[in-house]
Amino acid sequence: MSKDDNLLESLADNEYEYGFTTDIEMDVAPKGLNEDTVRFISAKKNEPEWLLEWRLKAFRYFLQMKMPQWQNFEMPEFDFQDISYYAAPKKKTLKSLDEVDPELLDTFNKLGIPLDEQKLLSGVAVDAVFDSVSVATTFREKLAEQGVIFCSFGEAVKEHPDLVKKYLGTVVPPGDNIFAALNAAVFSDGSFAYIPKGVRCPMELSTYFRINAKNTGQFERTLLVADEGSYVSYLEGCTAPMRDENQLHAAVVELVAMDNAEIKYSTVQNWYPGDKDGKGGVYNFVTKRGICKGNGAKISWTQVETGSSITWKYPSVILKGDNSVGEFYSVALTRNKQIADTGTKMIHLGKNTKSRIISKGISAGNSQNSYRGQVSIHGNSSGSRNFTQCDSLLIGDRCGAHTFPYIENRNSSSVVEHEATTSKIAEDQIFYLNQRGIDTEKAVALIVNGYASEVLNKLPMEFASEARKLLAISLDGSVG
Amino acid sequence: MLQIKDLQARVEDKEILKGINLEIKPGEVHAIMGPNGSGKSTLASVLAGHPGFEVTGGQVLFEGQDLLDLKPEERAREGLFLAFQYPVEIPGVSNMTFLKTALEEIRAHNGLPAFSAKEFMKLLREKQDLVEFNTSLVNRSVNEGFSGGEKKRNEILQLAMLNPKLAILDETDSGLDIDALRIVAGGVNKLRSSENAFLVITHYQRLLDYIVPDVVHILSGGKIIKSGPKELALELEEKGYDWLREVETTE
Ligand SMILES: Nc1ncnc2c1ncn2[C@@H]1O[C@H](COP(=O)(O)OP(=O)(O)OP(=O)(O)O)[C@@H](O)[C@H]1O
Ligand SMILES: [Mg+2]
Repeated sequence: MSKDDNLLESLADNEYEYGFTTDIEMDVAPKGLNEDTVRFISAKKNEPEWLLEWRLKAFRYFLQMKMPQWQNFEMPEFDFQDISYYAAPKKKTLKSLDEVDPELLDTFNKLGIPLDEQKLLSGVAVDAVFDSVSVATTFREKLAEQGVIFCSFGEAVKEHPDLVKKYLGTVVPPGDNIFAALNAAVFSDGSFAYIPKGVRCPMELSTYFRINAKNTGQFERTLLVADEGSYVSYLEGCTAPMRDENQLHAAVVELVAMDNAEIKYSTVQNWYPGDKDGKGGVYNFVTKRGICKGNGAKISWTQVETGSSITWKYPSVILKGDNSVGEFYSVALTRNKQIADTGTKMIHLGKNTKSRIISKGISAGNSQNSYRGQVSIHGNSSGSRNFTQCDSLLIGDRCGAHTFPYIENRNSSSVVEHEATTSKIAEDQIFYLNQRGIDTEKAVALIVNGYASEVLNKLPMEFASEARKLLAISLDGSVG
Repeated sequence: MLQIKDLQARVEDKEILKGINLEIKPGEVHAIMGPNGSGKSTLASVLAGHPGFEVTGGQVLFEGQDLLDLKPEERAREGLFLAFQYPVEIPGVSNMTFLKTALEEIRAHNGLPAFSAKEFMKLLREKQDLVEFNTSLVNRSVNEGFSGGEKKRNEILQLAMLNPKLAILDETDSGLDIDALRIVAGGVNKLRSSENAFLVITHYQRLLDYIVPDVVHILSGGKIIKSGPKELALELEEKGYDWLREVETTE
């Protein structure tokens, strides 16, 4: 506990711990977006022709698409010409970790992600993405022993083109929405993993995203394929420096689970949230979707969202295989002027499919927190079930919590259940904890952690305590 | 240990405490009885620093310090404990985490190092035995779904863990079955020492058979209208509060 104490104290005047910048020579593309930008990125990455074509097609979609209008906030004006779409550290990273720029190693050390395999949490393999490129992926050899492929997206394109070609864009097609189209056109890197048949991935896989450069966006793509009967648990984390201007992060994540495969995907999102007055912060517009392609497949999303000035994301599951299972566990905490519009879509196509949605929104300050969830059970999806529990907790009376459930059930043998609650932290709960010697700040953190525990308990052990701390820190100063 | 002088307090616009005087010395047990709504819980809340009550007059000294100047958590760390009449539920927070957090706050305040997990568990087991507290309740969320009696016993477990100087028990006996009452009272008796003190609020003489008070006070209409030895409780049970109201008007 005393460790947490120090943590809280040291952060009292430095609200965002990861706001530092790394001074390193970068290769940065000039601002602007047109077909040449797309060609430039593709060339930088020495991509095959088919991928360039795929990008260009996506870019043409992008040009025709409009901003979504349905979200519960005013869409900021994006000037897509005012962003640089490629920024990479100049020193080329080579085969081994020894060749990674020490400045970068140091950056990731400071973020609590040592890239030295000796120092890493055992049982966790990390792909570290810095601005537009992956700088290191750990434990690759160890994973390869079991046939598990875990590498940066760029390497996957070179080394496993068939796999990439087969699955890229099959879950989130480039025309899905304007941000997905933009990502498909200009994505620069990301992570790729393939778990072969019957293999239980021996480690947690994780990607750590860091935005560093100014005036850039980050557009990464993650593609995970779990073949028949395999299992993988994957975690992503992210931070960015404090900057006065807003930075766009438009990622795409695609998950494919074959027969009886299971993918557990966890996110701890801590992009820079902007300052007290809402200045700066990351615009987090992300499309994440998984498909339970085979029978008995399972995809489980767990997210803890505390950062970004705007979060717009709806990790979804298409339940195509019979008896497949989709889960979404979410904690979204907003404070100051943050906006979160997040939730999920569960699309039941197969028979006897099940989905479960547990969403915990926590709003403080002047923030706005919306849950938006769609559950649709198609005509052939008999014997299917959904359960949704959607809770909102308000801290103070200047914030807002909203729920937008869309339910569509076209099969009379299937059942959809939805429960929603809104609550405030009771003064008597705080007083009770005060009476036991616990100050109000800590009392609120404890109550909020308790409130979110059903979701936090779904995180891999190593990260659950980090997430708890993050919630406590994010609330620091939101009370009273 | 505790000196209350002419304490007055109100909630919203309603005067509830209208001049309370009370002194408790180390090693003593005081009982407070009195009709429903007379202000017993209000007195407890005011002493603990509940923000819903406004002190409008008087003074309270706790170990020589001005108690009313301290925040609720500071009062707790100084050694004031309130076993609530209606303990609240805190969903999702395990009783164990809660106990550990509270204990460490108080220890840190007293300049003591944090317990290791092992030391903490040892203490917890010891205190659990003292109040015969069901282990499965320790792992559950604080008071969530606890029966009325289990909540009261949880208060006593916390009391045993935090080892305060002054413990105020607000109707800890109500809702307890006969056996539980004996266990809880037995626990309190074991915790009694020449250094600590108890203020026991109750409606029933029965509890005072187990926890024998040095003084019994009758609180009515926001004032202590009579104080006396433990026999006062017996007399009260026999004659009811009407008797006292007569006493009050004739005196
Ligand atoms: N928050 C409040 N708002 C309005 N009135 C209150 C509030 N809290 C207490 N009161 C009133 O103050 C008076 C004293 O209440 P208190 O709870 O102190 O009584 P008590 O002596 O503990 O009664 P009991 O024996 O029923 O527990 C009651 O009339 C009660 O209704
Ligand atoms: Mg009462």
